Amino acid sequence: MTSLHVSIAGLDLSNPTMLASGVMDETGASMRRVAELGAGAVVTKSIGREARDGYPNPTLVVLDHGYINAMGLPGPGIDAFEEEMAEAVKGPAPVIGSLFAATPDDFAFLAERMQRYGAAAVELNMSCPHAKGYGMEIGVDPDMVRDIVREVKKAVTIPVLSKLTPNTHRLIDVGRAVQEGGGDAIVAVNTVKAMAISVDARRPVLYNRTGGLSGPAIKGIGLRCVYELYEEVDIPIVGVGGIESTRDALEYMMAGAVAVQIGSGVGRRGLGVFREVTHGMVDYLEKNGMTSISEIVGVAHE
Amino acid sequence: MNDLVRVEEVVREGRGITTLRFRHPGGVPGQFVMVWVPGVDEVPMSLSYQGELAGITVKNVGEATAALSALRPGDRIGVRGPYGKGWGIPKGRILCVGGGVGMAPLMPVLDAIDDPSSVDVAIGARDGGEVIFLERARSRSSDVRVSTDDGSLGFHGTVVALAASMMKEKRYDMVLGCGPEIMLRYLLPACKEAGVRCQVSLERLMKCGSGLCGSCVIDGFRVCVEGPVFYDVQVEGMKEFGRCRRTASGGITRA
Repeated sequence: MTSLHVSIAGLDLSNPTMLASGVMDETGASMRRVAELGAGAVVTKSIGREARDGYPNPTLVVLDHGYINAMGLPGPGIDAFEEEMAEAVKGPAPVIGSLFAATPDDFAFLAERMQRYGAAAVELNMSCPHAKGYGMEIGVDPDMVRDIVREVKKAVTIPVLSKLTPNTHRLIDVGRAVQEGGGDAIVAVNTVKAMAISVDARRPVLYNRTGGLSGPAIKGIGLRCVYELYEEVDIPIVGVGGIESTRDALEYMMAGAVAVQIGSGVGRRGLGVFREVTHGMVDYLEKNGMTSISEIVGVAHE
Repeated sequence: MNDLVRVEEVVREGRGITTLRFRHPGGVPGQFVMVWVPGVDEVPMSLSYQGELAGITVKNVGEATAALSALRPGDRIGVRGPYGKGWGIPKGRILCVGGGVGMAPLMPVLDAIDDPSSVDVAIGARDGGEVIFLERARSRSSDVRVSTDDGSLGFHGTVVALAASMMKEKRYDMVLGCGPEIMLRYLLPACKEAGVRCQVSLERLMKCGSGLCGSCVIDGFRVCVEGPVFYDVQVEGMKEFGRCRRTASGGITRA
């Protein structure tokens, strides 16, 4: 008998796949649907204090090996999101509330609300590369990251995950800051800051000019980040970046991730991607005479 | 090696309604493309023509559609897609019901059916000036009828009332409907009463068009992937259909 069950800082998942923040997670019904289709957890769209429309289109560029997006953190705001959470938590998988803010106090306020709405954990967005004043702009400062995590930990009892950006040479310092602030887990990585230019139009394609690159194009970067973080921090790591097959997920877990998130894979492979990845994991365990998927976490370091 | 396409033809179809033709092969009837007007916006548009010379038909209702309506042959636009699930076209007799510019995604259905006696058309509009594709429909179907809200052309009344009378007169195997949501909301029970299966093409605020961002979801279904065409049984289970839609922030606006 094989088990895909994993536990991250007390958060129990029936399998190690999660829906990544920003994909099909603006409404309760869509999150519930992804959970019903086999995700081990779903992460909400990043929610702030106020409603935000995000950027005008174009917000997405489709590439052969991924996407570049600059949605601009659209969301209905934490008050209106209560209704969506009420629906999302009816689904079969835990709901992790993703949050964005500019200050430790605002992060703590939002986290407390998410906990009240029934979130099983919160994920702090300190990594979005396309929203001025938020995300990556604060997530590359280890002192700021430490303060934010510390304040959020004071405000809630549920696990606190911090999603980091690969757009820094100080990744390890930021990872250590999460740990020092009392963070329960690291999610690595958000998108890689990027852009696309139309030769015919002689201008950037995205309204925001720059955005975040995701999908298979960044798998090698995400893997490297997880591998390096695993060597330097003791808290669990959730891997994300270009995962859309069992093999991709196994690579991340061998690099040190206890679980993985899938975002672009939903667009590229469809909503069946969670079941495909987890079925393949069971096959892998059986073929290799293993009983638990946790056995492969970090084996690439040995 | 171009990343934009040239507008080959511009046709005025009706008052404030314009068709643009461009080279973008592929797709099945009912699918849509994301159309980028550089410097203005990128919007989803149903294909009103498919094949080597594709086409979209635009009603001028806002900034993006005004920019599209002002294009001239030789101007260039970005086109990606086709995306989404198109119409299921069964064997048997089909009734296409289009309200206003909602005729657009139905036209490739007519092009795909080579027997004019097996597909009928009900074209509805507010007035005669907004009736589009009448001659094109007549060239593909032997029974094309028109309704206008003000009675200036054809049947005086709604296109749903016209379709209901056609369903009483003839036996259909499938109704395909596209138009304002209020029209579709009445079309579904009209079909049910007549005992005819129905598909409708839905519209929601769409951003990425590629199944990622979730802005176009209706009850958890992505209009850009699982739609835009949905079967009657799917729509009947939707709590948001005919009742509310989402704004750019994802907030709810009730109808």
